[in-house]
Amino acid sequence: MLSRSAAGPSIVDREVTKFGDVAAEWWDPRGSFKPLHALNPVRVAFIRDALCEGFGREAARVAPLAGLSILDVGCGGGILAEALARLGANVTGADASADSIAVARAHAAGDPSLHVTYRDATAEQLVAEGAQYDAVVASEVIEHVADAAAFMRALGALAWPGGMVAVSTLARTPRSYALAIIGAEYIISLVPRGTHDWSRFINPEELTMLGNEAGLALDRMAGMSYNPLTGRWRRSDDTGTD
Amino acid sequence: MVGAAFAALLAANPLTAALRVLMLDRAPPPEALGPLPPVPGLRVSTLTPASVRLIERAGAWRDVAPPHSAAFKTMQVWDSSGSGCVRYSAAEAGEPVMGHVAENDLLQAALLRQLRQPGAGVELLWPAQLEGLHLPKPFSELQRDGGGAAPGALAELGLSGGRRLRARLVVGADGPRSHVRQLADLRTFGWAYGQRGLVATVRPEVANTCAWQRFLPHGPLALLPVRNGYANIVWTTTPRHAAELEAASPEAFADAVNEALQGAPTPARNFFLPAAAAESEFRRPPLVRPASGRGPKSFPLALRASGRYVRSRLALIGDAAHAVHPLAGQGVNLGLADAGALADALAYAVTTGQDVGDEGMLEGAYEAPRQAANGAMLAALDGLKRVFEPQSGLLSGLRGLGLDALNAVPGAKQRIVRYAMGV
Repeated sequence: MLSRSAAGPSIVDREVTKFGDVAAEWWDPRGSFKPLHALNPVRVAFIRDALCEGFGREAARVAPLAGLSILDVGCGGGILAEALARLGANVTGADASADSIAVARAHAAGDPSLHVTYRDATAEQLVAEGAQYDAVVASEVIEHVADAAAFMRALGALAWPGGMVAVSTLARTPRSYALAIIGAEYIISLVPRGTHDWSRFINPEELTMLGNEAGLALDRMAGMSYNPLTGRWRRSDDTGTD
Repeated sequence: MVGAAFAALLAANPLTAALRVLMLDRAPPPEALGPLPPVPGLRVSTLTPASVRLIERAGAWRDVAPPHSAAFKTMQVWDSSGSGCVRYSAAEAGEPVMGHVAENDLLQAALLRQLRQPGAGVELLWPAQLEGLHLPKPFSELQRDGGGAAPGALAELGLSGGRRLRARLVVGADGPRSHVRQLADLRTFGWAYGQRGLVATVRPEVANTCAWQRFLPHGPLALLPVRNGYANIVWTTTPRHAAELEAASPEAFADAVNEALQGAPTPARNFFLPAAAAESEFRRPPLVRPASGRGPKSFPLALRASGRYVRSRLALIGDAAHAVHPLAGQGVNLGLADAGALADALAYAVTTGQDVGDEGMLEGAYEAPRQAANGAMLAALDGLKRVFEPQSGLLSGLRGLGLDALNAVPGAKQRIVRYAMGV
């Protein structure tokens, strides 16, 4: 399966194709993206708590994000976008892979009460349109882009002044190398082989610096640790991995 | 009852109260909660403190608490071969009571009362017959067939009369011969024990707050306190013996119970073991008299469990997932624990934006922990059953020694008491 290459300075064509090839598997609970499904509740809880605190809302209630507009950049099959929509947010999911967007649309269509707007577009294209949101989320994406600084600037431009940007990524530290590359990809087949390129991982300091350069102030940072025995992720204060 | 408990637990939690719940039942509901008949019904459940806490959470305990049910503070288990006796007390597990015995009809009515409260958000529909259930196909089949419903599609239900419904999650709480389980094509495993469980109501001659269980050559006989000073008999025996007991006059049945519980020999102290504390020593159970009302009734004993409890958009709870023989009266307790775990899983899904019918969520937050817990109890009950079934001299001597050893070793005994009480 070939994916069309998307225009945009921060995108690596090869990376887009890589995900396009496995797009059909996004929602296979036992497939390549199984660890992403396992990780999802933990990252959703982190984003929910950060947004609720930032926008002065109570997190432990039904639909805590009601009325907030959120852009999920690099949404893939919509695993995170659907969850944020169920928390009440008006979610737009954008991805440079048309195959992924097609899968995301088809999946969300299965549930009539689920409303997510999907865009086959890059962050730069949305900036060019002048789109802006209360919050911008890019989860496990920045390690796949060619120009991380340009990407961060685009994310910052997509949030209203006073809005929030949440970026999560597998960090480039010796421990994450063991967990995410060797452990994750080759030993326990966490994510499809070749989805992550070690040199593209970013460490927490680099992420903070890129944010500062893009005019974003660090609000909070958290790590997630993966237990290969139970297949579960949990929040940890150690930012060595994610 | 387990289904009603599940719906009441959802309604009681602000996080899940907004979920739209429809409860279907083939049978019309039991009469609304009214004055209880003077003689308790035959079908009762022994509720552990853990189950009582769940019924409290569901808001229904005040309608079930004594005097509507009976509490017991001690339990005595002994062997008819003459050696082996163990007495448990609630104090050993740090609880005020060991358990409560409540009629199943009362539990059901108390839970339904909660569902009928304005604002409970539960629609009740009966009589309703489920004729068709269409669940989203597993991802692998979707790939192979190249199309059909998307993996995120809802479950579709067809009812008799032509009504069609769609749901994010279908919960099968429809008992050991679960129709939902059959429609979902989930396989089960199990075996029959070739024995019957007989239940009856009798009247002890003196006030009783102990649960008595004696192992007889054909199986155990339990005498449990129920409300209004009565006692419930649960007697596991051969089909032929069960038929004789069912045909017996009330007086002859009471005589049979007295003979079985009082008959010689009395357990002797085992001198190979340290002496048990005074409160752990053997006591004689009360004599019983016939009670008016329905005579004894028996049913076959079998174990049946579903290999899987969940599929995409489906979860089985209670006897639909695992039916155990009533040796230790654990069926309802396991079912209520399932209902509590599934209600908690849905609350977790709501707070993290997960689909309440997502197979991965159901597997991790409901099926895995409950299968481990139920499997342990099923194995324990099945093992207990097999140890106590044959009446050979060697085995009965061993189990007599085992019971005495249990009685004399406080740590081991306490662990078993706590396990049996679900705390």
